[in-house]
Amino acid sequence: MAHDSHTHHEESFWRKYIFSVDHKVIGIQYGVTSLFFLLVGFCMMMMMRWQLAYPGEPMPLIGGLFSENLMPGGVMLPEFYNALGAMHGTIMIFLGVVPLGVGAFGNFVVPLQVGAPDMAFPKLNMASYWSYFAGAVIMMSSFFLPGGAAQSGWTSYPPLSVINPGQTVWLVAMVFIITSSLLGSVNTIVTAIQLRAKGLTFMRLPFMVWAQLVTAFLLVLAFPPLEAAAILQLMDRLTGTSFFMPTGLVIGGQPAPYTGGGSPILYQHLFWFLAHPEVYVLILPGFGVIAEVITNNVRKPLFSYKGIVSATVFLGVMSMVVWAHHMFMTDMGTKMTSFFLVTTMIISIPSVILLTVMVFTLWGGSIRINTPMLFALAFLPMFGIGGVTGLPLGLAPTDIPLHDTYYVIAHFHYVVAPGSIFALFAGVYYWYPKATGRAMNEFLGKLHFWPTLICMNGIFMPMFFQGLQGLNRRMYDGGVAYAHNADILYLNEVISIFAWLLGLSQIPFIINFFMSLKKGRVAQANHWESTTLEWVAASSPPIGHGNFAQAPVVYRGAYEYGAPGAKDYVPQNQA
Amino acid sequence: MSHSAAQVQKDVKKYLVVFVALLCLTAVTVVISYLHLPVREAIILALFVATIKGGLVAAFFMHLSTEVRSIVYLLVFTLLISLALLAWPTMCAEFPILTLY
Amino acid sequence: MDIPYTVHARPDTGLYNAKLGIWLFLASEIMLFGGLFSSYIFLRMGADVWPHGSSILNVPIATFNTVVLISSSITVVLAWAGLAMKNFNQFRKFMFLTILLGFVFLGVKAYEYNQKFHHGLYPSTSVFMGIYFTMTGLHVLHIIGGLVVNLYFLGPGSKMWKSDPDRFLNRIEVAGLYWHFVDLVWIFLFPVLYLL
Repeated sequence: MAHDSHTHHEESFWRKYIFSVDHKVIGIQYGVTSLFFLLVGFCMMMMMRWQLAYPGEPMPLIGGLFSENLMPGGVMLPEFYNALGAMHGTIMIFLGVVPLGVGAFGNFVVPLQVGAPDMAFPKLNMASYWSYFAGAVIMMSSFFLPGGAAQSGWTSYPPLSVINPGQTVWLVAMVFIITSSLLGSVNTIVTAIQLRAKGLTFMRLPFMVWAQLVTAFLLVLAFPPLEAAAILQLMDRLTGTSFFMPTGLVIGGQPAPYTGGGSPILYQHLFWFLAHPEVYVLILPGFGVIAEVITNNVRKPLFSYKGIVSATVFLGVMSMVVWAHHMFMTDMGTKMTSFFLVTTMIISIPSVILLTVMVFTLWGGSIRINTPMLFALAFLPMFGIGGVTGLPLGLAPTDIPLHDTYYVIAHFHYVVAPGSIFALFAGVYYWYPKATGRAMNEFLGKLHFWPTLICMNGIFMPMFFQGLQGLNRRMYDGGVAYAHNADILYLNEVISIFAWLLGLSQIPFIINFFMSLKKGRVAQANHWESTTLEWVAASSPPIGHGNFAQAPVVYRGAYEYGAPGAKDYVPQNQA
Repeated sequence: MSHSAAQVQKDVKKYLVVFVALLCLTAVTVVISYLHLPVREAIILALFVATIKGGLVAAFFMHLSTEVRSIVYLLVFTLLISLALLAWPTMCAEFPILTLY
Repeated sequence: MDIPYTVHARPDTGLYNAKLGIWLFLASEIMLFGGLFSSYIFLRMGADVWPHGSSILNVPIATFNTVVLISSSITVVLAWAGLAMKNFNQFRKFMFLTILLGFVFLGVKAYEYNQKFHHGLYPSTSVFMGIYFTMTGLHVLHIIGGLVVNLYFLGPGSKMWKSDPDRFLNRIEVAGLYWHFVDLVWIFLFPVLYLL
């Protein structure tokens, strides 16, 4: 209708690929940028692991590249170690996994899966990406500040974070990143609710969309208190207020120049009120991907669609009332501690349901092995280990010896690294044909998968033992200073070697990703023989002109696999 | 929700009544504060009046009284969650809010 | 390409896109100011002494400001009503008044802040002053944001009334919802900071 007056004009390169309002371009922008930052954060970790394996030794090859006030003689200073640690966490979470899971996959897949021409607010979408990009640039620029980058942990606890260098830029960058997330989430929710194709009821949505929907709600409601905390911390740093500075604080023997009356615990509550739902933001998009990849490669519907959807919604709601399990060591009192202990135990139930439904979906299926499926299958036990090891942390008494040890690091890395990141890798391999019109190379995919799986376990499994022994996290010397760590110090070198091997294992992926753009096998529109709507759209749908030749109409649920006859699946838009 | 000119014409009277009510309630709030009640009562009363004022703005100026229910549910849920945030300061301190001073 | 339900409501949800969008955004704003109100409660409960708002802050002036903001709320609703009744001039008149009242609010706030600085009261002076400046400051930023949007709609944005009147009406409704929210925050901020 309005297209008649829309004369076909060639958009400039800038409008089409850089400042695009097309969700597919924006999704790919998020994807490439976030994968790059995952690599950046990974490299920081590889540097840290040198220091942990060989404390005080000059770093070979690249040690000389860093200035004298960061790595004199190639030996990492404690301040720089702390900066790498804080920034590794920040970058991986806020510049890596979330933009990949939510920005890339949310943007690219959701409008296609609901049969929409684009997101509800295309211009807002573009603004979200560039806000993220600006935040990322600001965040990285902090390395070039005189005092260096933020070095108070990704958690930025005051009072240390109020007096340490690099924090102001970190906070400003976070404001940009939070804004990006908020705007993006509003877009996702409105798209999923308002732009569903005719016949696409909520209970016919692919689980990927449900996962993105719940994630978006968590971002909309949980991020603002962190924004409040950031504002208060900025006020402390820039105007000398004492929101988080307690009375009587002494720094280096001198009374701190603050009037006092503030509370560091206040920050922790505001921070974790976001940061707990944030971990579900980290995993849910991954679960969405897994559901798509597994059903597609076992040619079976999900074991219990209603079960998994209800579990996810319940998980989202519960995630808002468990946050203080990160604060069991802050003397909250038995009433508060018990409350959060109980809610934490309750929230493990929907997580188990999610995992169980995925596993049961495999039963009796006709399993097809390809690279996305390998990552999806590996996700299941890896996430299982991560989840199960969270239980002693969620139970306050057992948390006491484990808090702030390598056990915690191992737990959360298991859920995020061979957990979320495996799921997101599966997603990259799975939707690459739709985004580019070509398939990624299977051999390189397997060459990526197997060493990655082995190395991930080689890195994080020993950390559980280190933690149980009492090895504290965030220690520059890797625990050498404490006698109780003596028995497990040798593991530092083992872990570091696996970490560097993990780095090498990503090379096939990087090569594959770029090589397949030109050399990959040309993909059909429905490359994986899938039921969901995004595969109805053309292979690599055109930019800026909607996604579907005609608006699709949906007649059935999302996972009608295992149909009798020659074609073992029925697409959603088939009557 | 109907946007017909006639409907809106009728609503304008409602808006003006609400406006006057808000002005009166503002006066009430300020007058009460000059009574210098004990802190506990002052807080409860001030928040009570503010809630009524806020409720009037939300229901009438923001059209919530005629809005689809899903929006109202979203807001109720948000308020509950933000109350969770507000409830923890009182839980943390481990004494009931009513014995502040 | 056309995004459906930009102008007309989707039948099963009863909403047009921007309305759902703005309410979601306002929900996030409730959480933002809620976080700050929570911080206020936490800090006040942990304090040995806490001044009565009226002993430091100027109640009459803030009362005036409250009346100003409430008035701007009725004017913005009447601006929208004007459009709904196809009376563009009424829209222009009341949107202009809304913006004017917004600037009056800012002017009074500027005077207030100045007075505080003049008396040596800065954010760092005490936790009370800190939370006062922070919460009212963030509120002021939100007013400025609203003014920018409203000015745009009074000015260049009003061209849409000619090309797509229904869509313009939606935009004014959405802008109005945001403005009301800013008024709502003040309705709570005023008693909490000044009167308790």
